[in-house]
Amino acid sequence: MKPAANPGADAVVDPVVDSVPDPVVRASGVRMSYGDVQVLNGVDFTVASGEVSCVIGPSGSGKSTFLRCLNGLEPVLGGSLRVLGEEVGHTLRDGRYHPWTPKEFASFRRNIGMVFQRFNLFAHQNALENVACGPVHVLGTPTDRARVLAMEHLERVGLADHAHKRPHQLSGGQQQRVAIARALAMNPALMLFDEPTSALDPELVDEVLEVMKGLAAEGMTMVVVTHEIAFAREVGDWLTFFADGVVVERGRPGELLAAPAHERTRAFLSSVLGSKERQEP
Amino acid sequence: MRTEPITDASGRPIPVARTWHWGRWLAAAVALAVAARLAYLIVANPNLDWGKVAGYLFNERILSGVWVTIEISVLATALGLVLGVLVAIMRLAHNPVLSGLATFYIWFFRGTPVLVQLIFWYNLAFLFPELVLKIPFTMIGLKWDTNQVMTGFTSAMLGLGLNLAAYFAETVRAGIQAVDRGQTEAAYALGMTPAKRMRVIVLPQALRIIIPPTGNEFISMLKTTSLVYVVAGHDLMTNASQIYKANNLIMELLIVASLWYMLMTAVATFLQGRLERRFGSDAVRLVRGGGLAARILPKVAA
Repeated sequence: MKPAANPGADAVVDPVVDSVPDPVVRASGVRMSYGDVQVLNGVDFTVASGEVSCVIGPSGSGKSTFLRCLNGLEPVLGGSLRVLGEEVGHTLRDGRYHPWTPKEFASFRRNIGMVFQRFNLFAHQNALENVACGPVHVLGTPTDRARVLAMEHLERVGLADHAHKRPHQLSGGQQQRVAIARALAMNPALMLFDEPTSALDPELVDEVLEVMKGLAAEGMTMVVVTHEIAFAREVGDWLTFFADGVVVERGRPGELLAAPAHERTRAFLSSVLGSKERQEP
Repeated sequence: MRTEPITDASGRPIPVARTWHWGRWLAAAVALAVAARLAYLIVANPNLDWGKVAGYLFNERILSGVWVTIEISVLATALGLVLGVLVAIMRLAHNPVLSGLATFYIWFFRGTPVLVQLIFWYNLAFLFPELVLKIPFTMIGLKWDTNQVMTGFTSAMLGLGLNLAAYFAETVRAGIQAVDRGQTEAAYALGMTPAKRMRVIVLPQALRIIIPPTGNEFISMLKTTSLVYVVAGHDLMTNASQIYKANNLIMELLIVASLWYMLMTAVATFLQGRLERRFGSDAVRLVRGGGLAARILPKVAA
């Protein structure tokens, strides 16, 4: 999972790992706003293949918006965002800016899995149909084959016994695991997690994190927006701290958590970790 | 109903006195008396020939009128539902021209009386004596005499169907907009195009909001078809009116027609109940049933 061919990276704390030749994600100066409200103020961010990049930060810091820019759910309004070798949202032809058509967005997103805070399982389909939905309707996989594959993905997240249950019959943790299986069924090159455990009851968080740890161990490239500091410490290759629409600092999770360089990071971590440690005597 | 005897603190049963609801008895008696009197006035009316009512109840023209009424209702409802979904999707489109046209369509058909629309379609030949369907810039195509196409039946179907579409489009739009935004995002994240998202994810879920009112629309349509008699559509009301114009048994034939309308409404109400039990706005029921929608709509896994 360590960044390949990047021996000096362990020592680098702030400068982004620019030495990686062909990163999965390379953002430079990404800006985004909702009307007059500036949400992203020039984000620099890189993810190399096989890395798990965790993103933390206070609410409203722009971390979720940035994640949604990565698969084009939110538009990039400035700067450059390259994901899987493509400039997200537009193509330059003859020096002109051509915004993507809905079709171009759709084919770009096939290679990127996304897991939402509120699961967003398709309410009218059972777990198996949810997982088979992408292959059948997007990739054109024959239904029988897609069902077999979907069953394998459900087994992988430990839910084969629940294949025929509808989302409302599953617990939050189970729903989120189905959602992960649904994203994996598309064989994505990159997985995005938008606070995947924030909507879960505390006792259900671990089952989802376990699945994510398994994915990371298999070498999946992941960007994880999370509040689970322990997860970031254990699984993340990099930890990025967002505040006010910019990356405040970035580093190896162990180092950044032990010795944050910036006051904002220190304040955020002490409030988050402080409350956690009070819970775990 | 209480089955356990009422007991005092030591567990001994206490006899319960009977409560007399005098007010209820009185109100019921008055209401019954009024209703019985009204019924008597009609049933025992010397000017009303019940023998004729019974005689015409299964008259051949009445029965064929019932059948035509059912046909017009079903076809006009089907036309209205399909067109209504199209108009609703146009209304929600980003394309301002499509959305504007849909808004205009809804305004126009809800803004003009359905009676006017029926007479308009029936008399279309005044505007276009011939209907021509041909490939532009060629001589290949089809031509019809408008008066032969626009019979009472087709103008009834068109008028009622187009009108229903306008009302139904608003129901569909509400249904589509009620589907959680997260469903759309998840569909996009999987790589679906907007059209596929609508067909595979949003519309099947919007159905549970859309379907229950369709029963109402159909029941209302059964009776709106009686307007068709202005264009002589050979429906129940048209045929009944033609009979009474000939023999002057107006009241008898109105009773015959009403009895049939009431029967059709009763059947439709029963079917609507079944439909709502299956697709009721209660999401739990919808998602469990492998019913009609599951068979019609594209499914991931058969």
